[in-house]
Amino acid sequence: MTDIAERIRAIAEERILVFDGAWGTAIQNYALDEAGYRGDREFRADQKGNNDLLCLTQPQIVQEITAAYLDAGADIVSTNTFSGTTISQADYGDETLVHELNVEAARIARRAADAASTAEKPRFVAGSIGPTNKTLSLSPDVNDPGFREVDFDQMKQVYGEQIDGLIEGGVDMLLVETIFDTLNAKAAIMAAHESGDRHGKTLPLILSMTITDMSGRNLSGHTIESFWAAVRHSAPLAVGLNCSFGANKLRPHMQAISEIADTLVIGYPNAGLPNDLGEYDEDAAHTRDKVSQWIDMGLVNIVGGCCGTTPEHIRAIAELVEGKPPRKIAGPITQTFLTGLEPMTLAA
Amino acid sequence: MTDKSAIFVNIGERTNVTGSARFKKLILNDDYEAAVEVARQQVENGAQIIDINMDEGLLDAEKAMTTFLKLIAAEPDIARVPFMIDSSKWSVIEAGLKCVSGKPIVNSISMKEGEEEFLAHAAKCRAYGAAIVVMAFDETGQADTRERKVEICERAYKLLVANGFPPEDIIFDPNVFAIATGIDEHRRYAIDFIEAAREIRERCPGVHISGGLSNLSFSFRGNEPVRRAMHSVFLYHAIPAGMDMGIVNAGQLDVYDAIDPELREACEDVIFDRAPEAGGDPTENLIALAEKYRGTDKKAEKEAEEWRSWEVVKRLEYALVKGIDANVVDDTEEARQEIFARGGKPIEVIEGPLMDGMNVVGDLFGSGKMFLPQVVKSARVMKKAVAHLLPFIEEEKDEKAKGKGTIIMATVKGDVHDIGKNIVGVVLQCNGFEVIDLGVMVPWSDILTAADENDADMIGLSGLITPSLDEMVTVAEEMDRAELEIPLLIGGATTSKVHTALRIEPAYAGPTIHVLDASRAVGVASTLVSQTQRDPFVEKAANEYDEIRTSRKGRGASKLVSLGEARANGFAADMALKPPAPARPGLHVFDDWPLDNLRNYIDWTPFFRAWELAGNYPAILDDEIVGESARDLFADGQAMLDRIVAEGWLKPRAVAGLWECRREGDDIVVMDGGGDHRLPMLRQQVSKRSGRANMCLADFIDPAGDWIGGFAVCTGHGIEEHLARFKADTDDYSDILLKALADRLAEAFAERMHEHVRKELWGYAGDENFPNEQLIREKYTGIRPAPGYPACPDHSLKPLLFELLGGGSGHNGPAGIELTESFAMFPTAAVSGFYFGHPQSQYFGVAKVGQDQLEEYAERRTVELDIAKRWLRPNLES
Repeated sequence: MTDIAERIRAIAEERILVFDGAWGTAIQNYALDEAGYRGDREFRADQKGNNDLLCLTQPQIVQEITAAYLDAGADIVSTNTFSGTTISQADYGDETLVHELNVEAARIARRAADAASTAEKPRFVAGSIGPTNKTLSLSPDVNDPGFREVDFDQMKQVYGEQIDGLIEGGVDMLLVETIFDTLNAKAAIMAAHESGDRHGKTLPLILSMTITDMSGRNLSGHTIESFWAAVRHSAPLAVGLNCSFGANKLRPHMQAISEIADTLVIGYPNAGLPNDLGEYDEDAAHTRDKVSQWIDMGLVNIVGGCCGTTPEHIRAIAELVEGKPPRKIAGPITQTFLTGLEPMTLAA
Repeated sequence: MTDKSAIFVNIGERTNVTGSARFKKLILNDDYEAAVEVARQQVENGAQIIDINMDEGLLDAEKAMTTFLKLIAAEPDIARVPFMIDSSKWSVIEAGLKCVSGKPIVNSISMKEGEEEFLAHAAKCRAYGAAIVVMAFDETGQADTRERKVEICERAYKLLVANGFPPEDIIFDPNVFAIATGIDEHRRYAIDFIEAAREIRERCPGVHISGGLSNLSFSFRGNEPVRRAMHSVFLYHAIPAGMDMGIVNAGQLDVYDAIDPELREACEDVIFDRAPEAGGDPTENLIALAEKYRGTDKKAEKEAEEWRSWEVVKRLEYALVKGIDANVVDDTEEARQEIFARGGKPIEVIEGPLMDGMNVVGDLFGSGKMFLPQVVKSARVMKKAVAHLLPFIEEEKDEKAKGKGTIIMATVKGDVHDIGKNIVGVVLQCNGFEVIDLGVMVPWSDILTAADENDADMIGLSGLITPSLDEMVTVAEEMDRAELEIPLLIGGATTSKVHTALRIEPAYAGPTIHVLDASRAVGVASTLVSQTQRDPFVEKAANEYDEIRTSRKGRGASKLVSLGEARANGFAADMALKPPAPARPGLHVFDDWPLDNLRNYIDWTPFFRAWELAGNYPAILDDEIVGESARDLFADGQAMLDRIVAEGWLKPRAVAGLWECRREGDDIVVMDGGGDHRLPMLRQQVSKRSGRANMCLADFIDPAGDWIGGFAVCTGHGIEEHLARFKADTDDYSDILLKALADRLAEAFAERMHEHVRKELWGYAGDENFPNEQLIREKYTGIRPAPGYPACPDHSLKPLLFELLGGGSGHNGPAGIELTESFAMFPTAAVSGFYFGHPQSQYFGVAKVGQDQLEEYAERRTVELDIAKRWLRPNLES
């Protein structure tokens, strides 16, 4: 078997790959109550809302959703592990389950992907790594700007624990997503390399930033260009954006990364912006129309959906990209590409 | 790509403890706030990368590095540039790398300890996403010759590239060493660097060359003109050879062409180690020549004698740029007569030489080469010239000079502070705007009338105290009602872009722009009268404010705890420590405190800040950038202070009182005479880390009975006649100078009175003996929070305080201070506040408070909720 990154790059020269959609929306449709989340297991704290836990307590639901995305045409499916770190699981008192949870999540996705895989359309599994609710770049205390709740080594360890589980469960690649803090992402990248070394493997990385304000920056202040400067050393398989706003508002930022990324570009937008009730009401046709602009402009190599998207949305996107030419990878960057919050290129 | 590229990259060197004595002192004193300002100045002054070095024996360098990096990460105007993490210790570098979110540069690693360690460090740097500076240093030592420099760098390059390190992330530092030292081996150091740079760039494609310039001229320490010239000449030759980065002080470089040719030639001779044209040794030649340049003062003196012999047009321009008003009336008259003799009109003096001179001033200020005090002095010269010409112009019935535009300026109703507004007015006038200054305490109706009568192009509002923010909203609403469309400019210490976006801009349909400081005012005003630039600028600002509103909305409320929880987490002062009863309780009135007694208590740093000169006294006097300007200003200030004291311009008055009190909840109840006076205090509600209390001033008072003090001091009595005199003399510079000095004296008086209270009136610190710097740093026991400041943010406590201090309204207020409807004190050179004597009492900021506290506060103050809301607006969630 050839190297996963090589295989995906080869496919990406031919066509646009399809990524999956949201976990949250799909799980909501099952309307699980506390007992539903718990399944047969016993817990001290309430578990309702702990979507990642379902990998252990309701694996068939996770399997069903994954299969639905594969059926809709996704080439790459993600594991249901967005909150699968000890930091995020601490909200439910489930820190001790982190390893098991990630291994099982990866296995469920692995089985589903392998079942759907054909020679013409191989399917891949990306281990999802969320940002946690801690930030390395900002102080949570307005009176003490030098304070940090966590440090780099702690974050690296937290990510490392999750990644160990994902690799053991058999994921093909690692997806660091919804990156609101670039320094957190740098810790995750280092954790991925170190965990890969522990397992004697080099897993491809996908890095996906999210934009948190209308000026096009994430919470640590980086634009997608300065983000790219900060993480390019990790030579990821793909870089891009997810979540944030709908596809319309993400377009200029997708364009910016598309022009400079000397690797594949991924984008998976929300189904528009949430309405007053916090629900996403953009239907599949709308999302497809908005994403079609990206496709027409040749901005992406991998496209999928984030918050509010469903297998229907992914099916619409898969139909849309069918036969459309993929983005051409930008020429290699050979100049020194530094960044503070603003990128800076040194003339050669 | 959309980002900026650069040919030669300036790396700021001031945030380096080994290179800057001032920065070292700040870090050693734990004054990180000021240290952060050093970084900010570096970036403002054009550093494209900032080098940060904490290698100092007395420091925990890892801790200092990480603390500083985290602090500057929170400052977007600093963090926008890449950082250079500079240390000779790997542990410090790695600790730093863990704190930087962008892509920094590590400075430096080398093969000093062998290839293995070198490659391990390089791999780590890469894993953290950093570029590297590699020093030309190997197992046998630092490279000093061209051959060694090239050999080591090439060897390092091959090793790195073979191990997958990207060439573009390698920066070589081939070591800049001192030349002209008198030692023969040092003669070729500069040529060797330049030649090595060229060869390394050829042999190692993709890399960059950097170096620290200050070493080069080390033997000319103390002779800045020669050092500057050496650096400039060196770079002039090193850059084409391939040196494309350097740790330099950008403000300390001269333009190659502008260097005195004799000096330039001598520098070239030492750099290229060649014999001077006149023969002899290049080093000896430069040393001999250097004496001529030691101290720029001599040169300035020479120039000073010369300029009076120039032709009149040149003299006027020189006087304007230098701000010399001694001969301006004579020169103006001479120019008028010259123009008259050839049939011209008096107005041509203004339109010709005077405006030309002011344009030079405007350009220099705009490009950061001139600072506010100098500009205000230039304006004084201009005004005097114009005042001389006006009668002639009117006689000729000439039209008035057509300015760029007309601006109405006012300090809003309820506020009396005008230093900043006056500075902005002067700067705008210098740049050709007609400024109609309506003064202070101006109601909105007068502003609108003036705008209408003068066909104004824009309105500028100023204010210093927080209630003025509300008044600005009122003006905006009225402008909207009157269907005005002219731009509204907002400025002053409490104003902000965020407040403008959230409150003022939505109230007015016309363009509304927040102007950060005087230096921005000209750019903003000029853009707003430009036909081509106005609309895009207005649109951009509107979008920006819109974004601020959106992001605020998205951000939601800051995390507050309930008032009950905040109280439960109050500060538990140890009441066993509270000070004894005062030696002399009751009210003490001082109607003529000696002025010369206050002089030594002045904290000068804010004086410079009032003139927009950044830096702390006394270091600011030696600052590379603003030092000269600061020294001139300080000399002028001292001279005026001499006269203020000797001629008794100001009459310091004060009242201080000490009363029994007790704490009831968050109220302090003062028992004065028969009655109880209730002082409701506000409590912090921001969610705290464990171990940190939600503070309230009442926490420092014992419910079982305690003591509290109050004071009001004023150094503004008598100022008006002098201000009137300056006004008659069109001397804005002296006007602003006097006001700024009076403000400093008021603060000094507050400091002095506090000391008097601690040592004598209350007497709990009879044996205290602090020099002024320690007083300024508040090393003593006890605090004096003032209403309207962070610990006690509600200005409306002032009337309650004044009542305790003997009451009386209008001129009969304590110390002769009057309160405006917005609780501003007049005369403005006044300070009032409370004394807390408990040794654990401390300053803090109340910050945001919740709806629960607002409602309760209204009850405690027995006012309507709306009134309390207005009082506390700055502390409420928007």
